[in-house]
Parts: sequence; C-alpha cells; structure tokens
Amino acid sequence: MIQVNERGFYGKFGGAYIPEMLHPNIEELKGNYLRIINEPSFQKEFDQLLKDYVGRPTPLYFASRLSEKYQTNIYFKREDLCHTGAHKINNTIGQILLAKKLGKKRIIAETGAGQHGVATATVCALMGIECVVYMGKIDVARQKPNVERMKLLGATIVEAVSGSQTLKDATNDAMRDWINNPEDTHYIIGSVVGPHPYPDMVARFHSVISAEMKTQLKEKTGKENPDYVLACVGGGSNAIGAFYHFVDIPEVKLIGLEAGGLGVSSGKTAATLALGREGVLHGSRSLVIQTEDGQVIEPHSVSAGLDYPGIGPVHAYLYKSTKAAYYPITDSEAMYAGLECSRMEGIIPAIETAHALAYLPKMNAKPEETTIINLSGRGDKDLKTYIEWFGDKS
Amino acid sequence: MNRLDKLFSEKENILNIYFTAGYPKLEDTMHILEILQAAGADMVEIGMPYSDPVADGPTIQESNQKALDNGMTISVLFEQLAKLREKINIPVVLMGYINPVFQYGAERFLQKCADLGIDGTILPDLPAPEFEEELKPIYEKYHLHNVFLITPQTSEKRIKEVDRLSKGFIYMVSSNSITGAKSDIAQKQIAYFERINALQLKTPRLIGFGISNHETFKRACAYAEGAIIGSAFIKLLANSQDLEKDIAQFVKQVKGQV
Repeated sequence: MIQVNERGFYGKFGGAYIPEMLHPNIEELKGNYLRIINEPSFQKEFDQLLKDYVGRPTPLYFASRLSEKYQTNIYFKREDLCHTGAHKINNTIGQILLAKKLGKKRIIAETGAGQHGVATATVCALMGIECVVYMGKIDVARQKPNVERMKLLGATIVEAVSGSQTLKDATNDAMRDWINNPEDTHYIIGSVVGPHPYPDMVARFHSVISAEMKTQLKEKTGKENPDYVLACVGGGSNAIGAFYHFVDIPEVKLIGLEAGGLGVSSGKTAATLALGREGVLHGSRSLVIQTEDGQVIEPHSVSAGLDYPGIGPVHAYLYKSTKAAYYPITDSEAMYAGLECSRMEGIIPAIETAHALAYLPKMNAKPEETTIINLSGRGDKDLKTYIEWFGDKS
Repeated sequence: MNRLDKLFSEKENILNIYFTAGYPKLEDTMHILEILQAAGADMVEIGMPYSDPVADGPTIQESNQKALDNGMTISVLFEQLAKLREKINIPVVLMGYINPVFQYGAERFLQKCADLGIDGTILPDLPAPEFEEELKPIYEKYHLHNVFLITPQTSEKRIKEVDRLSKGFIYMVSSNSITGAKSDIAQKQIAYFERINALQLKTPRLIGFGISNHETFKRACAYAEGAIIGSAFIKLLANSQDLEKDIAQFVKQVKGQV
C-alpha cells in the first residue's frame, strides 16, 4: 500500500498547489472521496460495472513465444482487453460514480492521445451526463479517430489553443473551466497527476490491476509474487495500478519505462525522471521537465499518451526512495518492441505499452524468474504511426 | 514601514494596476511603471510570466506567452528593476506562479525582492500551510508581505485563517472565474462584499477580477479599500500606439478624473 499523508504528500512530493478559486472544489473532493469509495453500495456498483461493462478481470496471459525467446517467464496483464481498449476506464468508472454521489451534473476532462477522453465520454454516455473534453489543437489534428469516437459518444470537444496546444494546455484549460464552474461540474483527471486527492484517488481506482495480478499468478503458477512488474509511465496511471499491491514486497522489482523520445539528451524527450527537476505542475510537487527559469518544456515522444512534462508525485516518490526503478526507452526501441509483440504474440500493443515491452531485451531475466508486463492498451489507435514508421519493412 | 502598510493607512479608493513584465516589449517594464506612477496609480502589481498560468484567462495568458517569447525571466526582471527605488515610490508587488520562484530559490528570490525594494508578493498557487511552514519566517526576515486570495466560495473559517496569515492586503476575487472572464459587478457579488465587510477583518482588502473602468472601480471601492485592474489594462497595452498618452488617460478615466 502506498499512503499519502493528510495534505496529500508522498514524502515531499504531491500536495495541492492550487489557486484559491479551485480550493472549494478540491476541498469537497478531499473531504468526501474516501468515505464515498469505501461505502459498500459504491463498491458494489463499481465492481459490478468493472465486471459486466469493462470486462474484468482481464486475463493474465502467458506469452509463450516471447518467453522462449528471452529464456524466462513472461506474462501479460491484458488491460488492452478492457472496454475502450485500455486501462483508463477503471478510473473513469470510479470517478463518474463518485461525481454522481456528489450530485454533479456536468463532467470535464483533458486528453492527449484521446484514450482518456474516449473513456470519459463512454462513462458519461453510460450515465447520461453532459461531457466536455479539452484537447490541444495539435492533438485534435493528429488523433482524429479518437476525436470522432468522442463525438459519436456525445461529448463536446473543446480545442485548447493556449501555450503549446497539447496535453498540458488541455489540462490548464480544463482547470480554468473548473474554476469557472465550481458547483455543478466534476473534473475527471486521467492520470495520477493533479492536486491531492487526485493522485491517490486515481491510484485506488487502478489498484484492481495488481490485485488481480496477485490472484491470477497464484492460480496459474502457485507463486505468491512475480520477480518483476513492468509498466510504461507517462503520468503513471497504469504503472501505479500494476505496482500498487507490490510496493511493500521487497522481492518484487518494480520497473517503470518512460518515453525517452529521440534519446534523453536529444532535447526531444519526455523522460521526466531522467531529466526533470523538482517543481510544481498542475497542482502537485513532483519532477518536471522545465527550463532553468521554471518554465515548463513541451516534451516529445512518438507516443501521444506519454508526452507529458510531469509525472505523478507517487512515482517521483518511488523513484527517489528507490522502491521502484525507472528507465527511458527511445521511440525506436518502443516501435520495434511493438512490432515484435505483434509478430510473436498476435497482439498489437499501444505504442505507450510498447515502451514496457522494449525493456525485455535489456533486463536479462533468469530462466526461473517471472515477469508481468502490464499490457496497458491496444494499438489500433496507433496503426497510422506503425505504418508510417516501418513503411515497407513491416 | 512596508510601503503597503503606509499606503493602506493613509489612502482610500486605492487603484492597483497589474501588468505583465516584459510586455508588450521586453524593455517596457520600467517605462510602464514610471508612466503608471506619473498617471496616478496608487500601487502596481508586476506579473512574472509563466508558461502555464491556470488562474488566468486568454488576455493575461497571451501577455505571459509574449513576454516569455520576448525573453523575460525572473533574473531579467530583477536586472530591469535594479534602479526601481531611484524612480518609483509607490508600492510594488510581484505576482506569479510558484514554480519559477521555487526554481530561482525561494529565499534567494525574497532576498532579492527586499534588496530591490519590492514590497510583497502574490503567489496564487502557494497554499497557506506550505507558506506558513516553509516561507513565513523568510518573509518576516525580509519585511515582505505575502498576499492571499479569497473568493465568493471561500468558507468563513478559511477567510479568518487567511486574515490571520495576511499582511498588506487581502486580494478579494469578485467572482468564481479566471481573470478577464466577466467584466461587471453584479448584485450577487455585492452580497458577497457585504458579507465579508461584516466579518470585520483586520487586513484591508482590494477587489479584483471584473474591474475594468470607472463604474466598476467606484462600485468596488464602496465595499473595499480599493480595486485591482489587470486584463483591461493588458488589452490597452496590446492595442496602444502611444503608451504614455493611453496609460495616463486610462488611469484618469478609471479614477473619474476626466
């Protein structure tokens, strides 16, 4: 278990660095989220929807050909089989139920690649609640299929035209909307970022991933724990879901793979833990890619879901306290790992997820060891990028 | 004595004008300060531009981005303000987001403010508990004031907490919005102003957000020690061909001296 203190800090990371205008919204959430999500009626509805609507538990699949190639035991936690194609919906189901309990009539969200936007639009359709999704103007242009999906689901898309017109600016605009609409609106943040209590709340909704991993591994192998858990990290939501129930078990090595882009020292990267310095972004103290003057730098990754200049405070804490290790993976390494998984296991992974797969050739796992990779999303949305990258080679 | 305390003990209907450092041009900062003082502004609030100003609307966002593109940083601003107190005698506060201040180093930043004759700061995303725990002793050491915000949604308990921690003045946000969103003072806001007045706080208050002209300024002054104009002034700067003339006219118009 990973605990935040009363003010939302994991060690020195986290907190709620927000303007006064957001204080009542955050206070309402902070004062109610634990009580609500611990209510039996909430848990019953949440579990039921995860089962019948999302399709949980997702399988733990033994990847036999990759295991043979790397001479070890590799399992995939199949979050790609969740409804809407990624783990993101665990959180949006949780938050929409919470928003209903708080009497909210309108939902806002930010999205980069569009996966969280689709997961939010989906649950809003399910509950019949108005949905507004903020998306950077540049992302709207390059993630057209997800924009269309959100529209089909009935959501309104608002283009963020400020700053660099990508995920961080969509997040700024969603926060501004929330300042302007403090009473009837709930903001569904899509990762373990933002002011307290978001990082803790979102982590709790995704913790089902590692809870299932534990039970399923025991059923399949008799083992209590894996030796390694691998997950890709942007803001860090799928990774914290995969790490959650293993954090205090020293024999389980937790490894997060972040987007190295063209290389950590290339200037075109999103490797926050490798490059970031302590700072405040979107309401929490964490590590942030920024200039010496404290201006936030627009990151780069081939994967639109990982190009965020910050990281969830919980990961900054796990990194600094060496409870988990994090390594950068380049665009190229990720793309080849995605191709390998497609060819050898018949699973086209999201390019985000491919960053985790790219660690397999680097980790030198022993034949008797067991690794679980959180297969966080499917790659249908990335077909265009795959095709453009490999051209004739694919 | 801190210039803010002196101002609030001597004057009423205080006009505080916000502008972004390094906007519209990098070298405009001191020039605009001098014009504002000559025109009769009672104090000024200089914005330190930031890449992600979440409490600000499009007008101030754009001025921040332009200033950053012009090359403005905290270090550059401090260089520009090196001779501040040779020319300016009205109170000056710096407004900005906490991340650039943390990167500069909070103590180093506050020491430099004190050296230059800055009177206080407004850091909207610095929470009160963190201020009290980490920074309050440094503010006291350098005789600087930190200004906190309250909004119509701030609870009475929290307002009293803010009043306890506040020095200089309390920034009373007139509505639940980002800057520049609404340009009016409506009946609902007046009820809020009256509610705050009834609390008999020890700290004076300036009303900001939605103040853009003489009418809104006058109405705000009826319920507080004065008011703050930001977005409306930035719009003026954006469109001005003659800063001296336009700024002088703007200040006079707001104060009702035309």
